[in-house]
Amino acid sequence: MTTKRNAIGILMGVELVLNGANINLVAFSNSNYGLLGIDGQIMSLFVIVLAAAEAAVALAIVLSFYNNHQTVDVDQASELQG
Amino acid sequence: MSSPELYLETGSRLMWLLTAAWLLPLLGFLIEIFGGYWSSRTEKTPAYIAVGCIGTGFLLSVMALFTWVDAAKIDLWAFGESEAAAVTELEPGVAEQANGEHGDHEHGDEGHGDGHSEEHQQDVAHGGHDEAHAPNNPLKTAFAGTFYRLGKFGKLDITLDWYIDGLTVLMFVMVTLIATCIHIFAIGYMSDELTEKYEDHFVHTADGGHFHRVGRFYRFFAYLSLFCFSMLGLVLAGNIFQVFIFWELVGVCSYLLIGFYVERKTASTAANKAFIMNRVGDFGFLIGLMIIWTWFGVFQFAETNPETVGQSGLFQMVRTAEGELVTKGEGNEKLVVLQARQGMHQITDPANQGKPTIPYWLLVVAGLGIFAGCVGKSAQFPLQTWLPDAMEGPTPVSALVHSATMVAAGVYLVGRFYPMFTPEVLLVIAYAGCITLLVGATIAIVATDIKQVLAYSTISQLGYMMLALGVGGWLAGLFHLITHAFFKSLMFLCSGSVIHGCHHEQEMTKMGGLYKKMPITCWTMFIGVVAISGLAIPMSNFSRYGAVALSGYHSKDAIVASAMSFSSLNPLHSLLFFIPLITAGITAFYMFRMWFMTFFGKPKDQHVHDHAHESPRVMTIPLLILAFFAAFVAIGGEKGPLAVLISKTEPAHVGGGLENAGNIGLNFPSHDLIHDFHDDAGLVALLAALIGTLLAYVFYCLKAVDTDAMKNQFQGLHEFLREKWMFDQLYDWMWVKPVHVVSSWAVAFDTYVLNAFLHFLSRMVIGISAWDRKFDEAVVDRIVNVFGETTFSMGRSLRAVQTGKIRQYVTFIALSVVSLFVLLFIFLPR
Repeated sequence: MTTKRNAIGILMGVELVLNGANINLVAFSNSNYGLLGIDGQIMSLFVIVLAAAEAAVALAIVLSFYNNHQTVDVDQASELQG
Repeated sequence: MSSPELYLETGSRLMWLLTAAWLLPLLGFLIEIFGGYWSSRTEKTPAYIAVGCIGTGFLLSVMALFTWVDAAKIDLWAFGESEAAAVTELEPGVAEQANGEHGDHEHGDEGHGDGHSEEHQQDVAHGGHDEAHAPNNPLKTAFAGTFYRLGKFGKLDITLDWYIDGLTVLMFVMVTLIATCIHIFAIGYMSDELTEKYEDHFVHTADGGHFHRVGRFYRFFAYLSLFCFSMLGLVLAGNIFQVFIFWELVGVCSYLLIGFYVERKTASTAANKAFIMNRVGDFGFLIGLMIIWTWFGVFQFAETNPETVGQSGLFQMVRTAEGELVTKGEGNEKLVVLQARQGMHQITDPANQGKPTIPYWLLVVAGLGIFAGCVGKSAQFPLQTWLPDAMEGPTPVSALVHSATMVAAGVYLVGRFYPMFTPEVLLVIAYAGCITLLVGATIAIVATDIKQVLAYSTISQLGYMMLALGVGGWLAGLFHLITHAFFKSLMFLCSGSVIHGCHHEQEMTKMGGLYKKMPITCWTMFIGVVAISGLAIPMSNFSRYGAVALSGYHSKDAIVASAMSFSSLNPLHSLLFFIPLITAGITAFYMFRMWFMTFFGKPKDQHVHDHAHESPRVMTIPLLILAFFAAFVAIGGEKGPLAVLISKTEPAHVGGGLENAGNIGLNFPSHDLIHDFHDDAGLVALLAALIGTLLAYVFYCLKAVDTDAMKNQFQGLHEFLREKWMFDQLYDWMWVKPVHVVSSWAVAFDTYVLNAFLHFLSRMVIGISAWDRKFDEAVVDRIVNVFGETTFSMGRSLRAVQTGKIRQYVTFIALSVVSLFVLLFIFLPR
């Protein structure tokens, strides 16, 4: 996520982070004993939904980014430089 | 007065007549001075108003004269036939006394009987007392009163008073008559001011042309009216302070009139000179006033109302009713005892019964102070230099102000104030007059401007009057005042007629042969010249009318007789007789010189002669009127009406003469003694005048002697006389140059001390401000800049944080979240 120049690449990274968190949550969820119980799996469902919503919004941002900068190279968007 | 009711009635009638005559010219002035508004500059209406006012004043004065003569029961036309009638007193008691031998002497002793315990020296002559006549009491025929109180400041009571006696009414008649004639003359003379565009030939503009201005006809008559008001006020005044007020006022009018042609530098300078020299004399006058105030406490001349028991006037305080100056003590301690209980400063001396006294020397100083004012006003030595310069004014001004009236005011005051003058003062007056008459006459010999000759002649004749008054010839001095007024104003008007006829040519060296062209002027001038020369038909003194002569002969005769008798009594002061005698000859000489040079001989300037013409009637009729009076005003001489009129006002101590008077022991002649010398004096004076006339005839009519050659022969003397005895240069050296020196010191002080200090101060301020600026820039600015720069650099460094690189921002966010979690995990309790 931090190393990719391409905006789509950054989105892919975000997906990877969210999915990694999902796996972590499922791993720590165990039906009888373990730390989270059944809650881990519930939380992981939430995350999947949120990831999907957030991916949609992120794509909209990237689209707008492309409209303004005519490129998907995030290094080109340095207008906030002081 | 024989009764208080008669006194009051006559007094009030005289007061109303003379006050009206006095105030009418003031009304005229107030109307005429605004003539620019209610009339056009080409109308003669202001002149008619002025003539009307002063003419009415003349009629009122004549009525007052008749009233006074009637009330005083004087027989004017006796011509000396009934001596007793001529000395009629009004109280029967005094008339009886006139026949007693030393009756008045004893009466005098009784009069101040309460002073018997005093040891005093009486200035009463024992031999000179005439047996037949009582001493004249002028206060018996005088009327005094108050118009208005100006203010009372503690004991100082300043009032406007009147004092009417024979001298007053006579002066009123004389002044108003001459003023009326001159006003009428001036209508003709000043007629070229009746225009909107007057060209002044003596003032040059920057481009060389002549200066143009509007005509100032009405202003001239306004000033003349103001002058008449002031002069009449001076004569009417009843206290010495009021005299001073009007004294200054006539000085102002003279200033305005001399400087009438304001734009001429010579005229305005002459006006300044006249006023300033008068002021110098007035300084002495003020000192006299101050002394009088301090020691007498009153300013009024006399209180004549027989019913009043109030304040006595000056004349009643300084001398007894017989005119005696009562003194006490010797030398420096000598005191004059005043005859009344009034007075601000009372030296209570038990031996004096509480009568106030004044140190004798202070009375002398007071008299000299008042005389100093007269010296300035009447152009006596040493203050005579302003009068010739005053001829810059128009000729009617010279005739009215500077020959007949204003300059006579000084002589009038000496005559009026006579009882206050001690013998020392009288001697000073006599010598001042003597020097003046000589100076004036000698300069007139070489003067070539016709008005200058007359001006110096005036100075000389005023000297004669002062001389006469100083040697005890009170009657002679004032007699000459009146006759001189007539013939001098006549001659000035004649010269004005000549100047007008010759188109403003004043130099006699350009005239000549005018008798055919201006006959009336020529022969009226002749009457004036004969009058001033004092000529008479010799040996004609047979009829009751005296010698066949014009007025000047009688008055000059009286003066010379007084001087002769004085010098016979005081051989030390014989010069006071010889110089006037010689100068009588000089007078005749220069007067006839003037007449011959102007009217006879070949015309020296053909152009002037061709255009000369006789003056119009409005100018020649006053000449004829004045010529009549110049000839006949002194008819009968010392026994004639004029002399009798004046003699009624003579102070009491003059008639009988004085022996060993004052600290210097002068002897003053009595009437009898003067009468004894009369014939001899008349003869020598006539001889001197005839010699003078003859010389003038030889030099200027027959031209038997070449005057130019004489001029070259006596070059030094001629130059000295031409330069007016170098008085102007002397005064310039004595007064003007020192003032210039002092003023140059003041300028130097101002430039090198005061200015230098101020420049130093300013330079200091500039230096301080420069340093202040440097400090401001170097120190204060730097501190402020430091703050600014610090903020700026902080901002700039913080700016570097904002890279704008998104990946960097993401990295920071991620790391921060992680570290935040870690920290939370460590520090939050389980």
